[in-house]
Amino acid sequence: MKTTIAQNPSRRKFLKNSAALMSGLVIGFYLPMKNGRVFAAEEHPKQIYPPNAFIRIAADDSITVIVNKSEMGQGVYTSLPMLIAEELEADWNRIRVESAPVAAVYNHTGFGMQLTGGSSSIPSSWEQLRRVGASARILLIRAAAQQWGVPESECHAASSWVIHTKSGNKSSYGALADAAAKLPLPETVELKSPKDFKLIGKSIKRLDTPEKINGSAQFGLDVYLPGMLTVLIARSPVFGGKVKSFNDTEARKLPGVQGIYQVPTGIAVAATGFWPAKTARDLLEIEWDEGPGAALSTPKMRAEYLELAKKPGLVARKDGDAVQGFKQAHKSISAEYEVPYLAHAAMEPLNVVVDLNTDHCTIWTGTQAQTMDRASAAKTAGLKPEQVEIHTTFLGGGFGRRANPRSDFVIEAVQVAKVIGKPVKIVWTREDDTRGGNYRPMWADHIEAAIAKDGKPLAWKHTIVGQSIIADTPFEAFMVRNGIDATSVEGAATLPYVIPNLQVELHSPKNAVPVQWWRSVGHSHTAFVVETMIDELAHLAGKDPVAYRLGILPAASRYRGVLQLAAKNAGWGKKKLPANHAYGVAVHQSFDSYVAEIAEVSLGNGKIRVHRVVAAVDCGMVINPDGVRQQIEGAIVYGLSAALHGAITLENGRVVQSNFHDYVPLRFSEMPQIEVHIVESSEHPTGIGEPGTPPIAPAVANAVFKLTGKRLRRMPFDQETLA
Amino acid sequence: MISFKINGKATKVDVDPNTPLLWVIRDHLQLTGTKYGCGMAQCGACTVHLDGRAIRSCVTPVSLASGKQVTTIEGLAETTLGKTVQAAWQEVDVPQCGYCQSGQIMSATALLKENPHPSEAQISAAMDGNLCRCGTYNSIRSAILKAAEHQGGTK
Repeated sequence: MKTTIAQNPSRRKFLKNSAALMSGLVIGFYLPMKNGRVFAAEEHPKQIYPPNAFIRIAADDSITVIVNKSEMGQGVYTSLPMLIAEELEADWNRIRVESAPVAAVYNHTGFGMQLTGGSSSIPSSWEQLRRVGASARILLIRAAAQQWGVPESECHAASSWVIHTKSGNKSSYGALADAAAKLPLPETVELKSPKDFKLIGKSIKRLDTPEKINGSAQFGLDVYLPGMLTVLIARSPVFGGKVKSFNDTEARKLPGVQGIYQVPTGIAVAATGFWPAKTARDLLEIEWDEGPGAALSTPKMRAEYLELAKKPGLVARKDGDAVQGFKQAHKSISAEYEVPYLAHAAMEPLNVVVDLNTDHCTIWTGTQAQTMDRASAAKTAGLKPEQVEIHTTFLGGGFGRRANPRSDFVIEAVQVAKVIGKPVKIVWTREDDTRGGNYRPMWADHIEAAIAKDGKPLAWKHTIVGQSIIADTPFEAFMVRNGIDATSVEGAATLPYVIPNLQVELHSPKNAVPVQWWRSVGHSHTAFVVETMIDELAHLAGKDPVAYRLGILPAASRYRGVLQLAAKNAGWGKKKLPANHAYGVAVHQSFDSYVAEIAEVSLGNGKIRVHRVVAAVDCGMVINPDGVRQQIEGAIVYGLSAALHGAITLENGRVVQSNFHDYVPLRFSEMPQIEVHIVESSEHPTGIGEPGTPPIAPAVANAVFKLTGKRLRRMPFDQETLA
Repeated sequence: MISFKINGKATKVDVDPNTPLLWVIRDHLQLTGTKYGCGMAQCGACTVHLDGRAIRSCVTPVSLASGKQVTTIEGLAETTLGKTVQAAWQEVDVPQCGYCQSGQIMSATALLKENPHPSEAQISAAMDGNLCRCGTYNSIRSAILKAAEHQGGTK
């Protein structure tokens, strides 16, 4: 389903809201909704884009592709150029990549702003960039045909050459580029049939690998400007707290310290480098006005959430009559689930470099959200958006944190630059990054489910409690309907199984902890809840978990294909596993892609050991199979880190965790073998950055049940007693 | 004034001797391939070689480098082994976001120098201090095994 601008009255509402929130931001914002969620496909698939915005061909035949998505590891600096090069008939060995500046032509085709997120880079560029490449090819051929005085139809392009076989004429793209650039855009563009693809569908090596293995890749933290000061900020230990008073006498005495300033988010220490800034910050004495955030403690919040989960909430989905369904139940169960706040914990802590002048602001940062950040920076600096330039560096991981809908780290950096009046680099320490909020929300769930005599699900009532990510952001008008944030219930309200009486309800309590999308967003928690509960129903029915799922999935469902492919490759029900090893399975759809994962797990000293994960994915047509493998592996590791170890907790409003010793990612020695199997498909490509994350926690939990008979209903698992 | 060699070049810096070597490498010498990740030897992103051995530069005071040889990712290709490891990383196409990879490569090279043919368990033990949030561990293992193989082949 696609919604055009004219048919979408809420777009006007968005523009009004965004004007209030981010004055100066005037953007075409279309968010077509599918199942209540942003559908990230293209709004105008047949549009002709000016190739020169995306392709620069030099006289030496090198081709620079300007990429309008942020490279955070997901491979867009390779996969997006592949789309262009395929249709351009370019010599892949001569392709270079440059990150796009902020401009309307680089807007996301579905979101109407420059943004990298929602696992949407490929699906939203699939038509657009192939058309860009094809347009350029047509113009190059046209330019050559005109020079040679031959019909275009007699010329063809191959490997960055235009060739006229009859006359033997041959001209390189570099030699034709100037003439081609002067021609008007073609009116129609034909795209290749997939059977003619030369690059798409092949495992092409990443273009960014050479610079990432010799240390020359530039991340935000690697930007150094002449005269630049390094700034560390002492922020409130409690969310929402403000500086009451501070004493910087000792801190100012340190060599290298250039100034200490009160800024809206705290006390900024500016120095000649990181170390003097850090040591001076440690010497600050600050009294905080902590505000209501100081009352937040995790145990109390958990109790409140669990209480709320028993009460009626807003109805997100209602099929049949759950109350009647439970009355006819053969067997039923109910359970509570809890998952904690999670920090994104990208390897590169947040940082921003700002060079602010009276009429211009230049920003270097690894952002996923250029248009919003530019608007916010402009507003903060008192400039027009056109006066703000953003250089998107490589991102040392993003996972959603670097697309902040409030532009938190960028606004703060501009506020600091305004006060200091020199180029500044704001560096977040690991502790700042871990304690900086904008977490995956903490959630509590209550589920009651029942089966009929034949073992099939009869009734299902799922109540979800957790903060809305989207509320109070510019996305609210699109993604919150009737008080229900689509991202809070995704994966739960979109449950694919045939259950005649099904109800999903939502509570969205508010508090001072800022929350944000985290790789796979709502699915990061709902998949755990629903896929372990389905496993419980299979057990209740006395059925095999894979067979049970296949028995209650609709006939044409794409879930089936991945489930069967994973089961086949894992040898589900056939392979003899080592003693004390067990398989657990889960399947989930997110970002329009389907992933099944089977985890082989054992327990040793009460610790979960995941030996192997067999994943099957259906993401439509595949651009770069090795890129898909990388993303599924990475998404599994990200999800497994959270499942086994991840938790951000609060004590008197203070975040307890601070660094990698107490907010623990998966380490090398815990890494499972991972196999990724891809379903062959000719469907439109769908998301791949996030869909691998949701199924891993339930797959592991279901394996643990098989080993111990104990259901894991709380994450992280390492805090659960398994014996 | 503290003197040491970095990537073969003699250098002198005038800093507080307690300054971590990481920040001297980055802020003073502007060799930015060595990364800051945690500041407490938990993630390995800052790994460099001090007289050939892998150290976490974020917790190593620059004074300890005095009179010694520091090698960073920028100088790694000076040695045959360094080149071999980088070539294996390229062959396997290891990096995703890439931020941790300098540290991973420095740790891997130090491992292979001490133990040219490590077992999988030895690789796992040696690399356990290097975090990767993108989850490239299996590719790293493949690259180390490949480098060991190539190194053996040239003996």
